[in-house]
Amino acid sequence: MKVLVPVKRVLDYNVKPRVKADGTGVDLANVKMSMNPFDEIAIEEAVRLKEKGAATEIVVVTIGVAKAETDVLLTARAMGADRGILIQTDETVEPLAVAKLLAKVAEEEQPGLIILGKQAIDDDSNQTGQMLAALLGWAQGTFASKVEIAGDRVHVTREIDGGLETVDLKLPAIVTTDLRLNEPRYATLPNIMKAKTKPVAKKTVADYGVDITPRLTTLKVVEPAKRQAGIKVGSVDELVEKLKGMGVA
Amino acid sequence: MKTLVWVEHDNQSVKDATLSTVTAAAKLGDVHLLVAGKGVSGVAEAAAKIEGVGKVHVADDAAYEHFLAENVAPLIVQLMGDHDAVLFPATTTGKNVAPRVAAALDVMQISDILSVEGADTFTRPIYAGNAIATVQTSDKKLVLTVRGTAFDKAATTGGSGTVEAVAAAGDTGLSTFAGAEIAASERPELTSAKIIVSGGRALGSSEQFHALIDPLADKLGAAVGASRAAVDAGYAPNDYQVGQTGKIVAPMVYVAVGISGAIQHLAGMKDSKTIVAINKDEDAPIFQVADIGLVGDLFTLVPELTEKL
Repeated sequence: MKVLVPVKRVLDYNVKPRVKADGTGVDLANVKMSMNPFDEIAIEEAVRLKEKGAATEIVVVTIGVAKAETDVLLTARAMGADRGILIQTDETVEPLAVAKLLAKVAEEEQPGLIILGKQAIDDDSNQTGQMLAALLGWAQGTFASKVEIAGDRVHVTREIDGGLETVDLKLPAIVTTDLRLNEPRYATLPNIMKAKTKPVAKKTVADYGVDITPRLTTLKVVEPAKRQAGIKVGSVDELVEKLKGMGVA
Repeated sequence: MKTLVWVEHDNQSVKDATLSTVTAAAKLGDVHLLVAGKGVSGVAEAAAKIEGVGKVHVADDAAYEHFLAENVAPLIVQLMGDHDAVLFPATTTGKNVAPRVAAALDVMQISDILSVEGADTFTRPIYAGNAIATVQTSDKKLVLTVRGTAFDKAATTGGSGTVEAVAAAGDTGLSTFAGAEIAASERPELTSAKIIVSGGRALGSSEQFHALIDPLADKLGAAVGASRAAVDAGYAPNDYQVGQTGKIVAPMVYVAVGISGAIQHLAGMKDSKTIVAINKDEDAPIFQVADIGLVGDLFTLVPELTEKL
């Protein structure tokens, strides 16, 4: 079974986002960009499926600027993906357009399973996997904390509000990863060197004939209202008094 | 504008997340509800009493018992022929179903809205709440998920909606429900609790987490939460996690015990009315957002606090 893993290049999660003074967005000039952390979990899960013999080939795909090839496709191949696809564009591509492009890739590649991060840590949309499932007419197992292939089905344990839920999906299917699905391995230097020999196909949006014109216009981006630090109390008694003053306890 | 609100429920009762979504929908126009589930006549009756509700569409069918997105989305798409907007609470159910509906309608969803600025304009958090974007859509129909803590809850009484059955759209057969482990708890639900006591990694073990946090929560009638670090360390179950990737909460009082205050965690609780922090490190970032701080050893302070309340 072939596994397709779409990944996104985002502001590295260790970098504190800074809102641009002109209110047009978050400043991405000269900052470290990396693979979306939820997507690393997706790659790791695909690699584990391959190690277990449930997957035969892992194809990683990204949509974005040319630098995505070195920033994320290389990392993904160093982690264990077999080959990459870069759909190069400098435009903003919204989740709906991403899903449409990925649906075309899926038609070409015919994967048995597509694993995606549940959300990207830049726009926090949490949409692409579900949209792709809708466009392909496939089952979806979102927010996965456990994935088990069983013949032509996949059992996905999902993190839901009250606890956990398990669904049994017909393959091919979509899985989106939650934080506790696995702990991604590091892309080691020798593996990064080796990964350079794994192929990457370079494509453009036009190759897929998808209209990626954005539907949304960002009018402005601001910093959230800041909370002011309050007071410090010196003892539990003082704290109890404060809580009682608020009508608590 | 005619709006359709997804009613969050467990086939027994309406969940609070529905109520803030109704408030958001009322800012756009007429509010219709959809109750999809199995054996949900009681839920539909209760939903019809929510303030400001016009019609309640009820789809009562085994295919909807577990709210599987594969089955529920086609039902909503069908109802969207006659509605201009669909709003879901940003719960795990809402987040699972909404994009499947949006893609089927060829609409770019707007996730996790914080405010309604106009019929096509909304604010929403990006970068884990480190920035707030105002976005305007050019789509003819709206698909929105609503952050519960950003809107007041509509009253559960005073409404006189009419209940109308809708034909089920059938079972796609793509997915089946295989089981759930829902934590049974006497305590209030995290996302709707008035008081929350949350523990962090400083608690050191699962035993200490429960030995210190649980009695304090019980004394205050509070829900129990945890930081991602505490959950990752196995001190507390996954569904306790408060933060950008966990639950977003905004109680009257949030008590953070042994939580340093990572951005990720703050994004999930910084809209709480009053934040109380207990931490031994006086430079911990949590004190920058806390209204009341107490510096010291939580292993002596927390039992003392529980005792004196």
